[in-house]
Amino acid sequence: MHNVTIIGAGPAGLTAARVLAQAGIRDVQVLERNPHPGGLPRFCDHPGWGVWDMHRLYNGPRYAAELIRRAAGADILINTTVTAMEPNGHLHISTPGGPEYLQSRIVLLATGIREKPRGARLVSGTRPWGVTTTGAFQEMAQAGQIPFRRPVIIGSELVAFSALLTARHAGIKPVAMLEPGPRILARRPGGFFARAIFGVPVRTNTQLLEIRGIDRVESVLLERNGQREELACDGVIFTGQFTPEAWLPRSAGLQIDPATNGPAIDNFFRCSDPAYFATGNLLRPVEHSGFAALEGARAAAQILRALRGELPPPDAAIPVTPGGALRYIYPQRIIPGGAQIQLYGRASHAHKGRLRAMADDRLVFERLISILPERRISLTLPSSALAGRKSLAVILD
Amino acid sequence: MTAPSFDIAIIGAGVVGCAAWRAFTLAGLSCVLIEREADIISGASKGNSAILHTGFDATPGSLEVACMREGYRLYREIHERLGLPLLETGAMVAAWSAEELEKLPGIVTQAHQNGVMDVTQMTAAQVRAREPGLADDVKGGVWIPGEALIDPWSAPLAYARQALANGGTLRLNAEVISGSFTGGAWTLNIKNDAPIQARIVINCAGNFGDLVEAIARPSPFTITPRKGQFVVYDKPAHDLVQSIILPVPTARTKGIVITRTAFGNLLVGPTAEDQPERRLATTETATLNALHAAGCRMLPALSGMEITTAYAGLRPATQFKDYQIEALPARNWITAGGIRSTGLTGALGIARHMSGLYEEHFGTLKPLPSPLWPRVPNLTEALPRPYAQPGRSEIICHCELVTRDEIAAALAGPLPAGSIGGLRRRTRCMMGRCQGFYCSRRVLELAAPHIPGLADA
Repeated sequence: MHNVTIIGAGPAGLTAARVLAQAGIRDVQVLERNPHPGGLPRFCDHPGWGVWDMHRLYNGPRYAAELIRRAAGADILINTTVTAMEPNGHLHISTPGGPEYLQSRIVLLATGIREKPRGARLVSGTRPWGVTTTGAFQEMAQAGQIPFRRPVIIGSELVAFSALLTARHAGIKPVAMLEPGPRILARRPGGFFARAIFGVPVRTNTQLLEIRGIDRVESVLLERNGQREELACDGVIFTGQFTPEAWLPRSAGLQIDPATNGPAIDNFFRCSDPAYFATGNLLRPVEHSGFAALEGARAAAQILRALRGELPPPDAAIPVTPGGALRYIYPQRIIPGGAQIQLYGRASHAHKGRLRAMADDRLVFERLISILPERRISLTLPSSALAGRKSLAVILD
Repeated sequence: MTAPSFDIAIIGAGVVGCAAWRAFTLAGLSCVLIEREADIISGASKGNSAILHTGFDATPGSLEVACMREGYRLYREIHERLGLPLLETGAMVAAWSAEELEKLPGIVTQAHQNGVMDVTQMTAAQVRAREPGLADDVKGGVWIPGEALIDPWSAPLAYARQALANGGTLRLNAEVISGSFTGGAWTLNIKNDAPIQARIVINCAGNFGDLVEAIARPSPFTITPRKGQFVVYDKPAHDLVQSIILPVPTARTKGIVITRTAFGNLLVGPTAEDQPERRLATTETATLNALHAAGCRMLPALSGMEITTAYAGLRPATQFKDYQIEALPARNWITAGGIRSTGLTGALGIARHMSGLYEEHFGTLKPLPSPLWPRVPNLTEALPRPYAQPGRSEIICHCELVTRDEIAAALAGPLPAGSIGGLRRRTRCMMGRCQGFYCSRRVLELAAPHIPGLADA
C-alpha cells in the first residue's frame, strides 16, 4: 500500500508532489505516461511561465525543468500509464516491466487538459493530412517536423497566439487567424500583435464551414456575414476549446460535472470516491499553468490533512450549482465548517450583471460584475454562511 | 517489354478484393491484386459499422444473403487462425413506435427464412432488461444473438497478408485505365506504369465498379455511391449498451445503428446519402449533430459522453438491391459489383462464390496443400494487447495504448502502411479521443521516413 500516488507529472501534479515531499510524506510517487515529465509547457518554447507560482519568468521547457527539480523528493515514474481505476484508490497500470496493480491510500488525479480536435468539433469536409491542434503542432515544430507551410489558425484564445509564436519560430507563416465570435478572445492587444508583429490577418465573425483537400489540406471554406469564401491553405491548426483529460474518472464512474467535463470535487479536492482527489486543469476547461500549479499545492495541503485524518466525512457535503449566465462553478460540493470557502466559475458569455450566492433561499453573497467568458470568476464565502444549509446556488443574472 | 502474366488479376483492394486475392491464391493460382491508392482498404471498405452480420434482415433468396451467410460462417471458421477478433455482443432491433412494433413479427419470420433460427421477438420489458440504457419509450424488440463485432480493417488486412505470404502479388498506386482481351488473355494498362497480363480479370472495384466493368462490356449496373456518416464516442460511452442496437429497417437502408466497436468505442450511424463523387466522403456538421441528437433520443446517457470524432464512408450502391456477381465466360471476366454495406460480412462468402464461378467456367482449382496462416496484430481488448505485456516498448498513442513496436511493425513489411490513414487503421494510433494532440510528433517521427509527404524538416 502506497501513501500517495499522483497521476500526471505536469505543473499541478509536480507542484503537489513537491508540497507533499517537503512536508515529509514518504512514498509519494508521480506516474507519468510520457518518457519525460513536465507536462505541456515542455513544448511551449517561449516565455510566459512561472510568474504566478515561482515569481520568475521562464520559457516553457525551463519552467518544466524547474517543476521537476523542485519535486525532487518524490519518485517520478516515467513511461507508466494508468489503464483503469478501481474504487478506493486501486489502479491498473502499464509499465515497461509489465502490468501492475497499484494500491494507494490516496490518488491525486492531475491529468490536465487537451485541445478539442477537429474530430470532436464535428467540422464538415474531407479528412486530409495537415489538420492538427496547437499542442500537436508545437511538439512537431520542436522536433523539426512541420506538416504545413501556410496553415490557418482557428480560434483566438491565448493559446492561438502561442501557436503564432511557434509558427514564427519555425519559419512558417499562417495565412489567417479565424475567430467565429465578434472579438479576439485573448486579452489585450492580441489582434494588433497578430497583424503588426506576425503579419497574420485576423478575421473575426468568421466561421470555418468546411475543410477541403484529398490527401493534404488544399483550402478551407469560410463564411463571414453570410458571404462565403474559399481560402487556400495547406493546414489547419485548431486552437483552444480545452477539454479536461477525464476519461479515467469517467470510465471509473466517478461523478463528472457536465458543465466542466471534469470530475466533481468537494472543497477539499475530493472526488465522489474520497480516495481520489483531483486538481489542476483536469477540474475545468483551462486556467494558465501557474494557477494549475497553485491548485496542485492547495490540493496537496488537503491531502496532508486527509493523511492525518483531519478531513470531515465526505457525505456531509451540500451541492453547489451554477445558474443564469454562469457556465460552471466548482467545487461542486461543499462541506461547511472551518475556513473560508473559495469558489471559481466562468460566465457562458460576455455579461454585465449581478453575481449572487443563495444558500437555500437565503442570499449569502452579492456583487455587481462585468465579465467576459474567458475570465475567471472567483468568490469567497464565510463558512458560517452555509451552516445548516442544504444547497448552494451561484447565479449570474 | 514483356509484362508478367498471372492467372488472375483482381482490380480493387477493398475487403472483397482482398478476400478474392486470398481465396484464389490459396486455390493455387497466381494472383495479382491491383489497387489505385497507396494502400489497401482505401475506398468503400475503410468506413463501415464494423459488424459481422448474420444476414437475418437480408432479402430471402438473394445472392446477398447467401454470400453473407457463407461469409459469416467462414469468418467464424478462420478468424482465430488469422488472429482476428470476434466479440459476441448480439444485436437488438428496437421498435420506437406502434408502426415499428407491428413490423417485428415480420422481421422474425424473415430471419427464419434466411436460416437465422435463433432470432426471437422481445417485449419492451425484455428489451429494457437487456438494455437498461435505452430510452423509456422503447416499445419492443427483436433479439439476434449471432450478430457480432469485428475489426473492419484487420480483417481485410489479414486476408491480404495471407495471400501475400502464400505467393500473391500486390500492385499499389496502380490505376487500371484500360484493358484489351486478345488470345485468351487480358492486358490491363496501368497509369504511369507497366501493364499487367492475366488470363482472367476479377472486378472488385467498389465505387469504381461500373467504370472498370466498362473495360469488359457496357456495364449493366451504375454505381451511385451512398454516403454514410458516423459519430464515434469515447470509451466511457462503450458500456451504455450491451449489444448492437439496430433500428427497424426501411427499404432503403438499415437505418441508424448504435453499436459498440471492437476497439471499445461507441458508434452512431450511418446516414444514407446518394452522391456522384466516388472517392471523397465528406462529413457535414449539421448531419453529425442530427446523428448525435438521434443517438441521444434512443440512449439518453449519450448526451453526457464525449465525442471522439466523426467519419464518412461510401458504399457502392447500384440500381439493384442485390449484389451484382457474375462470370462472363467469353470474356474471361468475373464481376463483383454493387457490394453495399454488407461487404465486410459477405467478403469471404463472395470469394467462395466466385471460386465456384471459376470452377464452373474456367477450370479446376487445386488448393495449396499446406498454406501459411500469418496472424495480424490484435488491436482489440478481446485479445491480449502489447501494452499489457512485460518488456513492452514505449506507449506512443496514449488514448489507444499503441506502443512504438506496433507502429514500427506496421511501417515495415509485410504489406506496410502506405498512407497515414493506413497506419492509423493498422495500429489505431491517433484514432482516440485526442486525435493526435498528444502523439502526432512521435507518430510523425516514426512514419515520415516511410510515408512520403507528411512533413518537411
